[in-house]
Amino acid sequence: MLHLLWLIPALPLTGFVLLTLLNRRLSRTAAAVIGAGSVGLAAVVAILVAAAFIVSPPEGHHFHQVLWTWFDTGGLRPQVAFYLDAMTVIFILVITVVGFLIHLYSTEFMEHDEGFTRFFMYMNLFVASMLVLVLADNLLLLYLGWEGVGMCSYFLIAFWQKDTQNVYCGRKAFIITRIGDTAMIVGLFLLFTHYHTLEIQPLMHAVAATPAGAAVVVAAAWLLLGGAVGKSAQLPLQTWLPDAMAGPTPVSALIHAATMVTAGVYLIARTNALYTAAPDVRLAVAIIGTVTLLYAGFSALTQKDIKRSLAYSTVSQIGYMFLALGVAGWDAGIFHFMTHAFFKALLFLGAGVIIEALADEHDIFKMGGLRRELPVVFWTFTIGAASLAALPLVTAGYYSKDLIISTSLGSVDGSAWLWAGAVAGALLTGIYSFRLVFVVFFGEQHTPVTRRPRWRMQAPLVILAVLSVIGGFVWLPDWMGGWKPLEHFLSTALPATAGGGWAFGLGEATIVEIVSLSGIGIAYLLWIRRRDATAVFAARPAPDALERYWRAGWGFDALYQYVFAVPVKWFAHVARNDLVEPVVKGIASLNVLAWRGLSASQNGLLRLYIAVAGAGLAIIIAVVVLK
Amino acid sequence: MASVSLNSGLILAAILFVIGFVGLITRRNLIVVLACIEIMLNAAGLAFVVAGARWGRPDGQVMFLFVLAMAAAEVAVGLALAIRFRQTLGRLDIDEADEMRG
Repeated sequence: MLHLLWLIPALPLTGFVLLTLLNRRLSRTAAAVIGAGSVGLAAVVAILVAAAFIVSPPEGHHFHQVLWTWFDTGGLRPQVAFYLDAMTVIFILVITVVGFLIHLYSTEFMEHDEGFTRFFMYMNLFVASMLVLVLADNLLLLYLGWEGVGMCSYFLIAFWQKDTQNVYCGRKAFIITRIGDTAMIVGLFLLFTHYHTLEIQPLMHAVAATPAGAAVVVAAAWLLLGGAVGKSAQLPLQTWLPDAMAGPTPVSALIHAATMVTAGVYLIARTNALYTAAPDVRLAVAIIGTVTLLYAGFSALTQKDIKRSLAYSTVSQIGYMFLALGVAGWDAGIFHFMTHAFFKALLFLGAGVIIEALADEHDIFKMGGLRRELPVVFWTFTIGAASLAALPLVTAGYYSKDLIISTSLGSVDGSAWLWAGAVAGALLTGIYSFRLVFVVFFGEQHTPVTRRPRWRMQAPLVILAVLSVIGGFVWLPDWMGGWKPLEHFLSTALPATAGGGWAFGLGEATIVEIVSLSGIGIAYLLWIRRRDATAVFAARPAPDALERYWRAGWGFDALYQYVFAVPVKWFAHVARNDLVEPVVKGIASLNVLAWRGLSASQNGLLRLYIAVAGAGLAIIIAVVVLK
Repeated sequence: MASVSLNSGLILAAILFVIGFVGLITRRNLIVVLACIEIMLNAAGLAFVVAGARWGRPDGQVMFLFVLAMAAAEVAVGLALAIRFRQTLGRLDIDEADEMRG
């Protein structure tokens, strides 16, 4: 079964090629079958491969499949080869299964869109790129997938390209992640010049043999972190993700849950030897994660647009994953990636149903009272929000997030500060996730429901809701019996965390549970019981100003505008007539002149051409004969 | 067999070639242009045959057979072009076909 591995990225890629070649000749049904079917088949193959991997693990708990040599030049000989270990198994399962559910949902969500085929074309390429990224056995192939993901995100965010604003949002996502990508490719150059290979496993062994804190390792770790921060929308490159909401809602679900933003988490977990050898950089990862999760939590709390609120919550949850990676809780980070993929895809797809039902209304304060109108969405969205808020014991998010919080204190790299930040983040998560539930589904109804979802939009919601509950029962804390199949599984691929896991037993967990629950309670007080009082308080000058500030993402966009964009524009304006200008203009006008002369000689008169050719021949003969 | 000197043969070939070439650049009727090309080809063929006779080798005549075959093909294509030309433009003046100017 394992040798079918290559099919997993090949199937969505085939879907992409078919949809591109047959573009206008396909009916909507055919495009939907190819688009969703290719990812569905990939999911089936991924499940078969994963089952084979778990039932009879290959030697050394990893499987290596070499397809062909990509190129061979100057000592660089990257292969198109896939590497499957326990961590990759988790990633391919989540990407294909959640990806398939999102595709199935899209077949109904996009059914009246004129760019139906184009949409599935990009979506398939997106999934294929992400699969190449996580399966790649060398960093160069990983980078190919990495850039493919970035490119597809640009296409999909700017999908409704008739509105220029959407195109700007797509461009922003592309350019900001490109800053990180540049750092990353420099990091790859550095690793290659020093270790002469980009194959991940030999490279990581070589890195592990290097003394900790060596300059090259530290520099490479920083540079790869730059790439990860850009892709995963962490501070200070987080500004693109809220604007990525310009795309269709299934795209947001795909970007946030299965693909793209988790690529940074994957990269750091995959190159964990690098970060083990550079403890300072790893501490930076933890700090970036903690600051980001708090920053994004406050921003999520104040958004009016349902999708922007969810976007900030993604930034915040990925902050948790970074925190886990930063304290060497590699497996905890992957666990949270998995549960987050389930509930965040669920929340986005639920938000998509609501937005479509209310005729493209994004403002949560114009929704309200949808509990009875959209019961399936209400229940599933509430389950998703509960999982996001880590409602104790019954949700998947609880097990993964509490594991991270516990690890942030218990790990040898952990500290009380990180723990406090993570717990404060849990409180914020509880408030902002249930703020959405209470404001959207309770209270008075403000907008009539014009369209109701059918099975293709509801089935993914229900399946994801089930996964958002049971997805956490694969790693139970010791005081609940300590059944940890996921930890055992991941331990074959990732180093164990010293002092990690649920180190503190019931006491610490109880504190976190109380904090999560009180977050939900605060949301209940603020938006159900005392909604009028909240509105009055929020209208006062100081809270209002603070709310605006948080809603604008703490003014990062304005800051970057004034620090980077304005000076560059000013300099470009001032330097218009510098010394280089006449040279460049001279070359340009020389070309224009040459073009005029050559195009005048092309007058279309056949007889003139023959005469000139004859004259040329005569000159050549004369030269040869008379010499 | 009366032999023709190499020089006179080559001079005849050159004269034929120049006649063809001058016709090619002065005449505008497509049929005449094709005929001029035929003359130039035959001039070249004559040069081959004369040179082959001078050294007593068959190569020159073999080459002439090739030239003949090529000329036949060229006439077939050229006449087909002439028909299309006339259908499109209504006449056979090659100066009319100057639409591909820069």
